[in-house]
Amino acid sequence: NCLNKQSKYQSRFYQSVPIRNPNFAKIDENDISFFERTLGINNIIKDESRLEKYNIDWQRKYFGKSKLAILVNSTEQTSTILKYCNERNLAIVPQGGNTGLVGGSVPVFDEIVLSLEKMNQIKSFDPFSGIVTCESGVILEHLETYLNEHDFTIPLDLGAKGSCQIGGNLSTNAGGLRLLRYGSLRGTVLGVEAVLANGTVIDCLTSLRKDNTGYDLKQLFIGSEGTLGIITQLSILCPNKPKAANVAFFGCKDFDSILKIFRNAKQQLGEILSACEFLDNSGLEYVLNHINGTRNPLEKKYPFYMLIETHGSNLQHDQQKLHTFINNLLEKEIVSDGVFAQDLTQFKSIWKIRESIPSALQHAGYVYKYDISLPVSCLYEIVEILQKRIGNKAKVIGYGHLGDGNLHLNVSIPKFSQEILNQIEPFVYEYTEQNRGSISAEHGIGLMKTEALHYSKSQNAIELMNNIKTIFDPKGILNPYKVLPTKKLNSP
Amino acid sequence: MRTLVGVKRVVDYAVKIRVRPDRLGIELGNVKMSMNPFDEIATEQAIRMKEKGFIKEIVAVSVGPKQAVETLRTSLAMGADRAIHVDTSNIETELEPLSIAKIMKELVSIEKIDLVILGKQSIDGDNNQTGQMVAALLGWPQATFASSVETISANQLRVSREIDDGLETLVVPLPAVLTADLRLNEPRYATLPNIMKAKQKPLKTLTTADFPSLSLNSRIRTITVDPPSTRTAGVRVQTTEELFEALRSKGFLA
Repeated sequence: NCLNKQSKYQSRFYQSVPIRNPNFAKIDENDISFFERTLGINNIIKDESRLEKYNIDWQRKYFGKSKLAILVNSTEQTSTILKYCNERNLAIVPQGGNTGLVGGSVPVFDEIVLSLEKMNQIKSFDPFSGIVTCESGVILEHLETYLNEHDFTIPLDLGAKGSCQIGGNLSTNAGGLRLLRYGSLRGTVLGVEAVLANGTVIDCLTSLRKDNTGYDLKQLFIGSEGTLGIITQLSILCPNKPKAANVAFFGCKDFDSILKIFRNAKQQLGEILSACEFLDNSGLEYVLNHINGTRNPLEKKYPFYMLIETHGSNLQHDQQKLHTFINNLLEKEIVSDGVFAQDLTQFKSIWKIRESIPSALQHAGYVYKYDISLPVSCLYEIVEILQKRIGNKAKVIGYGHLGDGNLHLNVSIPKFSQEILNQIEPFVYEYTEQNRGSISAEHGIGLMKTEALHYSKSQNAIELMNNIKTIFDPKGILNPYKVLPTKKLNSP
Repeated sequence: MRTLVGVKRVVDYAVKIRVRPDRLGIELGNVKMSMNPFDEIATEQAIRMKEKGFIKEIVAVSVGPKQAVETLRTSLAMGADRAIHVDTSNIETELEPLSIAKIMKELVSIEKIDLVILGKQSIDGDNNQTGQMVAALLGWPQATFASSVETISANQLRVSREIDDGLETLVVPLPAVLTADLRLNEPRYATLPNIMKAKQKPLKTLTTADFPSLSLNSRIRTITVDPPSTRTAGVRVQTTEELFEALRSKGFLA
């Protein structure tokens, strides 16, 4: 029963619990009538059991208390709703697929959830440029299926693709598994249409490759996690679907070997390298133990594993490059063991291992989840240091986007423990700061890391962010308590 | 014990098949091709029996166009010892199961084969005929849809077959023909060292001209190929009254 879970975990999640902004109004019958008239009764959700999916995040760590979720069908409706809420001082949480990992997509108190799920139309696609224009609520996997029919592919890919929406990906500047090859959304997104807190529609939805006309506003909406505006439509430049895709899975005796493979991969696979992921043996074991239909592609277990994927336009050429690369690894004995997918089913099975780690950890109990950017050469050190620090009461796992210097640091324990949390935080943040890393490589700040923002951004920078927020959303109704540190704190 | 394993290059199992506009076949251009999944299982079975010492040599065979060599390389990378490619590039239409069976029968005597393991059917033709025809031409016992194979002695196998009613267990004297079914085993991945070694393993190329005594004419003509009929969209109703009316008007209520 979710209520029991809620009381058990509630106290933990806010290192400093925000207090409800007293300036925000509470919903009344007039508000509900207005929403019903504007959106239609079918798009208003008041029933508590149906509200669960809007109030609770994927990890079941953050439990909102919203009494209302509303579904918009158009930019115009979004504008009307926001204008009204701004005048009424009603707080809003914009929500996409609700797959975020930092509590940014669910209410903290009774904020209204404004879901983009019904704005799921793909508006247009230009097969010459590969530019697709669509609404925010399109599920990433659906967009990929659509593009595949036209021999194109989305420039980003993540494990949550079956549920996450492209608007949410933009709002969080999602990274994912192919950033190494196709770059970040900041490069591939060409246009954005967003609605400000007061209902003003900002139309920057051009689909032009080059457009240096004034300040690039879309970059502010991208990655601001719904705090500066609600993205309603977007246009994104998509690469051609690769004619040849290959994946190899390696077992290595130490992290040094992983680094050597990476360096060789960049030199010898070069332009065809599309993904470079690593995981440790703990990660693999969690997957094998908790996820159905998985098996170790290798005959033995190794301390580390690496997944290398290539995308190219010519299968023969790619295989030649791969064989040279593999030969090199075998001759230099950098790799202890490895396999190569021979068909699409094996290709997917190998990827499934890497992509299922978050689910596997979720099944295993409670997860303390961190996402840090560090210099690639010392990417794994923190895992060992933290494990020593915690002892054997919990298991520290490290995996992630090696090519991007992005470690997903997870600590798995059957049940939540405040003691363990105290050993992890702020230690992990301090370590990251000392190494001039980022305390959030791609997951964003959400609710989880507002008070840790200062470890990676200077006071001046944070102050400027606050000023920008005030300009975009003077009443602070858009996704309050998220991203920027709250001015008033009280500790639990 | 020398084993012949048949492998076929087919459209990858995970690909969404599209029918050609001329309705004479399926789209093959730009489509990912891989080894027939049942042939992977057959290859894996042969390798496991070799690892246990029952089989001494595995000969992989593919009858098909030039690119069939890639499929043979995969079976070599999995662990087959050598490969034979019967190149059909000069023939327009794909050879039918009976023609394939005739070629395999010749190869069995040329290569002195004691055991033939094939996939139960290919996922493009779905004919499920070649294995049975090879056995008949050779006059050998056949154990098709094998879901488990045990060695009883040097020339006897116990095979469980998947049949409509469940499982049938046979004792099969060798030489014999087996066809592999889905649950027989889970094929291994090709390991890097084996992929490299596969390049050095012998691969012999023959053509249909090397089988002058065989009549390999096609006897089947494809008239049309059509996709399965698409599902029509359902109707959404808003209220129970509408549901009742919809059911009643379609005659579903007594």
